[in-house]
Amino acid sequence: MSRRHIWILPGVAAALLSVAASAQETATPTPAPTPTPAPAPEPAPAPAASTSPNSTYFNPAIAVIGNFLAVTGDNPVEDTPSFEMRESEFSFQAVVDPYAKADFFVSLSSDEVELEEGFITFTHLPADLLVKVGKFKAQFGKINLMHLHVLPWVDEPLPVVNLLGSEEGWSDAGVSVSRLFPLPSDTFSELIVQVFRGEVEGLFEAESNSDLAYLAQYRLYRDFGDDHNVELGGTWGQGFNGTAEDAKTSLTNVHLVYRWRPLSGKPHRGFILRSEYYWSDREQLEGDQKATGFFVAGDYRLGQRWFAGARYEFSDHADDAALRDEGGALTLTFWPSEFSQLRGELRQRRYAGGIEATEAFLQLQFSIGAHGAHPF
Amino acid sequence: MRKTIAFLAPLLLTAAPAAATVQVVTTLQDFASIASSVGGSRIETFALAKGYQDPHFVDPKPSFVLKLHKADLFVAAGLELEIGYLGPLLDQSRNEKIRPGARGYLDASVGCDILDRPTGTVTRAMGDVHPFGNPHYWVDPENGRIIARAIAARLSQIEPAGRADFEKNLAAFDARLTEKAKEWEAKMAPYAGTKVVSFHNSWPNFAKRFKISIVGFVEPKPGIPPTPAHTLEIINLITAEKVPLILIEPYFDSKTPDFIASKTGAKVVRFYPSVGGLPEIKDYFSLFDYDIDAFVNAMKGVK
Repeated sequence: MSRRHIWILPGVAAALLSVAASAQETATPTPAPTPTPAPAPEPAPAPAASTSPNSTYFNPAIAVIGNFLAVTGDNPVEDTPSFEMRESEFSFQAVVDPYAKADFFVSLSSDEVELEEGFITFTHLPADLLVKVGKFKAQFGKINLMHLHVLPWVDEPLPVVNLLGSEEGWSDAGVSVSRLFPLPSDTFSELIVQVFRGEVEGLFEAESNSDLAYLAQYRLYRDFGDDHNVELGGTWGQGFNGTAEDAKTSLTNVHLVYRWRPLSGKPHRGFILRSEYYWSDREQLEGDQKATGFFVAGDYRLGQRWFAGARYEFSDHADDAALRDEGGALTLTFWPSEFSQLRGELRQRRYAGGIEATEAFLQLQFSIGAHGAHPF
Repeated sequence: MRKTIAFLAPLLLTAAPAAATVQVVTTLQDFASIASSVGGSRIETFALAKGYQDPHFVDPKPSFVLKLHKADLFVAAGLELEIGYLGPLLDQSRNEKIRPGARGYLDASVGCDILDRPTGTVTRAMGDVHPFGNPHYWVDPENGRIIARAIAARLSQIEPAGRADFEKNLAAFDARLTEKAKEWEAKMAPYAGTKVVSFHNSWPNFAKRFKISIVGFVEPKPGIPPTPAHTLEIINLITAEKVPLILIEPYFDSKTPDFIASKTGAKVVRFYPSVGGLPEIKDYFSLFDYDIDAFVNAMKGVK
């Protein structure tokens, strides 16, 4: 118990430091010989005069995103129901105090209610740090961070399913610390270090409280003119897999994202190439399993409302690297508006053992409530 | 000039030990242009959105994080124009100076004449409506004047040593704007009451200032692309009301406006809502120069 709490301490300490730092800031004003006129107070968008002692003014921004999935075709390995309200994601987001903001994502699926993410972000820290504390998606590669509804497909690619435990990916309670290390010519570079409880279904099992999981990611991003940009990152992570005492799983990932989005000339065109390579080294009683996984996907924007995409993927099984699944998918996406999305996906997967499945998915997503930020 | 600088240099050095330029980041190039006019050589500006791109859909690029990280003042349009990209960028910036509520965060809409504030119930059945009012308010020079004053006041708080300069520059901007506004109004005066159709609802402030009347939109609802039924309605409207012009922002496809024009004889005019929309629209003044000339030239051929 105590071991786990130790990892909360840096976050709390950092928060306290930031409070102290800001207090100091306000105590020693910048040397101003002439008092500047008092800034005109900026009226907040006037809330209706509240007569209730329980004002709703500070309620968080709330949104609900529905994700309905229909499928035809048989798949003996991954059985998806013909119709499913796959997920209803409730998000609650607000500023906590001058030093932090909080985000909650509660996911309701047909059989469970789950805290998908729930974390506080300390935005007001010294040394350019950004600290997250709570339960959140691990910064492993790029796709693992994305919520189901912002993926460019209806499903998770094979390496996530096979090497990160399940479609849920790597998400756990812990602490994240990240810092920017700007490089010349406006190159963005960020180092993220995360420590987790080490309990992820199908991936990590913490027998004791000292069985923590760790992760470090370094990512680089650069614009090439206004219309092109590239992100390249490497992640390494480790945790205990529970198959034997002290048996660990080490994971490595390299991700690449290339984007083309012409800002002038052709409105509503664009292309995104995403690719990730995974290496999993899983210590087991019967011997280490060194598995690899890969996907590459391209998404082309055809117009203001239409997108077309293709994906190729393969992945060994984490617990038996001799077994490899392979697949491909084609997608077509239509946006009736910014708040709803219809997507068709044709997917073929060839599982280890020669089992083949061809399925057609139809997904309808719709959101109500606060307008969320677009993913990048 | 060189001599003056050489002579003044020691003075400046003693007067302002922290003579680093104030870093101003804005969401729109219009605000960057106004800030440059007011801040002069004491500031450096960077705009996140390019003048030719749709300001509703800006990618939150990590390179913007670097710019925001170093910013002393951040100017946003507000009214939820930037809601799709700003939050993650400000969080990632690790810069408490520019967070909403801080001295370095300026919502440029405050104090401006904001139109189309919805009354009654607002739902998304109306399209991508902005519940706090129309966010394209900077295309009215009088709002530009208010924005300039707000920026000057903030700059003076952030860099008290530059206050005299900011006030002087503001006065110059103000005077030039007054003079130019007279010129623009004179150019537009003969067309008072002209009915136009625009692609998106980007021009209510421009229309109010220059006394033109926007009678319809090519978009059936904000953010919703043209539909055949609505296009037919617009064709009928243009024919019935004898609308001479269809104004289209640079980031929309001209296919539907061109089709409407071919059916009605109305002219399609590319109208630029922001500085940087074309290379020659290099500042806030040339924005109005360009659009008003484009309007006047298009109207010249109309009987």
